[in-house]
Amino acid sequence: MEDTTPIDSSERWIDIDKLLTRNGNLVGPGFEPGPELREFLQQDCKVLCIGAGGLGCEILKDMALSGFVNIDVIDMDTIDISNLNRQFLFRLQDVGKPKAVVAAERINARVPGANVTAHFGRIEDMPLQFYQEFTVIVLGLDSLEARRYMNSIACSLLEFDEEGNPDMSTIKPLVDGGTEGFKGHARVILPGVTPCFECTLWLFPPQTKFPLCTLAETPRTPAHCIEYAHLILWSQQRSHEEFDTDDEEHMQWVYSNALARAKQYGIEGVTFQLTQGVVKNIIPAIASTNAIVSAACVLEALKLITMCSTGLNNYMMYTGSQGIYTHTVAYERDPQCPVCSAGVEVVAPADSTLQQVIDLMLAHPQLGKMLAHPSVSYGSKQLYARGIYEEDSRPNLAKPVRELLEGDEPAALLTVNDKKLSASLRVRLRLKEPQQ
Amino acid sequence: MSDQSGNAIDNKSKRYDRQIRIWGAEGQQRLEHARIALLNCSPTGSETLKNLVLGGIASFTIVDGNKVRPRDLGNNFLVDAARLGHSRAQVVTDLLKEMNDSVSGSYVEDTPEELLQNNPSFLEGFDLVIATQMPEQQLLQLDELCRAKGVKLLVVRSYGLMGYMRASLPEHVVIESKPDSQVDDLRLTCPWPALLEYAYSFDLAAVDKHVHMHIPYVVLLLLALREWRASLGPDTAPDRLPGNAAERGAFKQVLQGMRRYQGEDGLPLEEENFDEALKSAFHAWTRPSTPSEVRAILEDPKAQNLEPSTPDFWLLVAALRKFVASEGGGRLPLDGNIPDMHATTDLYLQLQRLYRQQADADVAAVEGHLAALLGALGSPGRAIASSDVRHFCRNARNIRVVRYRTLAEECSSDAAAARGTSLAAALAEEGSAANANLYLLLRACDRFAATHGRYPGVHDSTVEDDVPLLKQAAQQLLGELGASSGQVQDDYVAEMCRLGAAELHVVASVMGGMAAQEAIKLITQQFVPFSGSLIYNAMASTTSIFAL
Repeated sequence: MEDTTPIDSSERWIDIDKLLTRNGNLVGPGFEPGPELREFLQQDCKVLCIGAGGLGCEILKDMALSGFVNIDVIDMDTIDISNLNRQFLFRLQDVGKPKAVVAAERINARVPGANVTAHFGRIEDMPLQFYQEFTVIVLGLDSLEARRYMNSIACSLLEFDEEGNPDMSTIKPLVDGGTEGFKGHARVILPGVTPCFECTLWLFPPQTKFPLCTLAETPRTPAHCIEYAHLILWSQQRSHEEFDTDDEEHMQWVYSNALARAKQYGIEGVTFQLTQGVVKNIIPAIASTNAIVSAACVLEALKLITMCSTGLNNYMMYTGSQGIYTHTVAYERDPQCPVCSAGVEVVAPADSTLQQVIDLMLAHPQLGKMLAHPSVSYGSKQLYARGIYEEDSRPNLAKPVRELLEGDEPAALLTVNDKKLSASLRVRLRLKEPQQ
Repeated sequence: MSDQSGNAIDNKSKRYDRQIRIWGAEGQQRLEHARIALLNCSPTGSETLKNLVLGGIASFTIVDGNKVRPRDLGNNFLVDAARLGHSRAQVVTDLLKEMNDSVSGSYVEDTPEELLQNNPSFLEGFDLVIATQMPEQQLLQLDELCRAKGVKLLVVRSYGLMGYMRASLPEHVVIESKPDSQVDDLRLTCPWPALLEYAYSFDLAAVDKHVHMHIPYVVLLLLALREWRASLGPDTAPDRLPGNAAERGAFKQVLQGMRRYQGEDGLPLEEENFDEALKSAFHAWTRPSTPSEVRAILEDPKAQNLEPSTPDFWLLVAALRKFVASEGGGRLPLDGNIPDMHATTDLYLQLQRLYRQQADADVAAVEGHLAALLGALGSPGRAIASSDVRHFCRNARNIRVVRYRTLAEECSSDAAAARGTSLAAALAEEGSAANANLYLLLRACDRFAATHGRYPGVHDSTVEDDVPLLKQAAQQLLGELGASSGQVQDDYVAEMCRLGAAELHVVASVMGGMAAQEAIKLITQQFVPFSGSLIYNAMASTTSIFAL
């Protein structure tokens, strides 16, 4: 038919084809230019976009217009009016609908041939096998916890050979973007090669909270008055109700009580806008920064898959409020990273029992923070399991761990699981003979 | 769309809530009055405009002479397949308007060159012209026109795996530059009488435990300074400050000595206010300084040669200058803000009041100077609102002025200009070489196009043969710019040919984001716009700004 020919004509992809079919010097390792690259992108390749919000909308658009066809998107949120200044796939009449669903619809309607599949739900509810299908996963998230979760998923897919080197075929690349006002970052995470999210957790300073005594006794700022109403007064007067930031009445209650407190202490500056900002921890957001970071991320995803150009190694920070400034850094892996390394080393006396080894893990400065009631396996063998097999495996706790392991390897690779963890951890157990 | 006007306002403030938290209601107002012209609506222009439409500009007009072609379906989100063959300007206009129905949009189906030739006064109705994907030769003419008509110009280009951006206007002044962080303006090294009086009203030995552990650290540091000076002897100057590491160490010891470690009940005391004082001890010896940018503004001839036509900003600068030279004692007005600090509500509010009162006194002094200047100017009826003077004084440390060379100055073949040396140096230095190559090669590509009627590598058949030709164009350009010692790298020449002037959506999207951000700064007059020539390197994911 006349209509389909122009859409499918090679002229359509003339720009991207220059990148994918022409040889060059400033390209990725093993770059093989040719029509097969775009064919792969459009047919066999599956990519996943986590989030359909400020970054997600941009990422989906960028993917669809970079030759990707099979795109999945997952988001647990519904559309709010305050999204509309940047989440351009949504309209006023979409308010209340699931973001992932509407975003997928709009991309599929606009970009001929695009095959975006929506998942309205939580990332934690998808099985590991779901994530395994994708060639690259691009993150458009707005929380540390969600990033840590996806990071642990990708890193748990990583396998190591006997020497402790990553098996390249099991690397699940992540491209992570984040924005806040005029600031943003784009980073490439290749588990086992580049630092993972956990390796560089120090990049994100902890959120400071107001001390309770300040809120209760010596408020000085409008924010103190607001958090007093939100955290203290609410639990005193409405403890039977769970506070819901999306409930207009709850927010108004906090606001009017914050105002009253402020008036009582002679503090000026409590407004409804500030109340929302403090209680919901609102991060200011604009379309421009999201556009920059998302496109940078999708470009890196394209490069990772096709090698059509040199890649970002491995973290780009962007700031646009005072001029324009970017800083690109090659961060290094933490060789002892509990999430992406071949295993955090735990040294135990050679005659230790399994219980003693577990106790050492719990006392370990890094591991101890991540574990509460660990289960331990060695390869496919469950050494000690929590839950329904606990009773059966309990006798192992008293046995010397050497008996439970095979061979005379200097270090045994154990897999540790725990309710606190989102994915398993690797521990390298080294048994030390006592010195004579 | 909305039933009652109340509902409309409510929806609007909700829609823009996340950005109003950045530039405030006033910034949003300015945005909502902005009229933008976009030249060419391929992805670079479309994405830039999309970000501005989402932000709520008043109106836009797109100038583009092309029809929607299959190529647009491969790289432009603002076109739809159903309207292949239609005017691209019209289609993009329609699809943008869907994103925000408060924004008016129109289009002209003409190439920018034709329109500017036949109707140059077209530009007059706009606050900002965004020119995308236009070659150097056309941009030079456009810039001249924009300067003549007093219209701001923003140039944006996506070319293969690189991008370029440049603003052009005579001058941009900012009061609210809103730096990311700032040292608190506490003035402990030069306290005014009322502040000292307040601090000295505290008798640390006599106050009860509760007060002692809630005295704000500003007071503690002033008391410690008094005690430290006393420890040096009775002839110590009353404004003597701890001048070296040893003295500062001694000062901190004095501070520690003022602590109480036990309450009246004998239980240990945690005195957080003292902890804060120690962390902020540098305020006791660091004099307030005027940022170099502000000093340059104060010295600027525009603040001295005042005329009836002088804009308010420069009058305020002139008044500020007078203040600094007299009441200010060489310093800017007090900004009046104090950070939160461990204290009782009352003590904190008392301190806060003192700072605000002194800041207000400084504003009144500046207003006095302003009145005198206005009087001398002989412009009866001209006044600047008190609130504007206060706003200016509050932000005195943050005022910025950005000036831009014309494109002609940047591109002129003046072999003697200092520009040539900086370019040659940038090409040689490891950190800047890649992006300096891209800057040079983009301009060389325009030269190539002017000579050969097409960009290098546009067709598969000429990619290889174009390489030496592009290199030649680059070397010639280097010569004209007085940068013959500069070397262009073969890898980059080859890459520019390989990419054959492709307009990749992702690169256009990055440029569209940066361009929209800069447009917003120019419109809201908040934050600081970049100046110079920005190069985005999509291969390495870096940016550089060259002042050429």
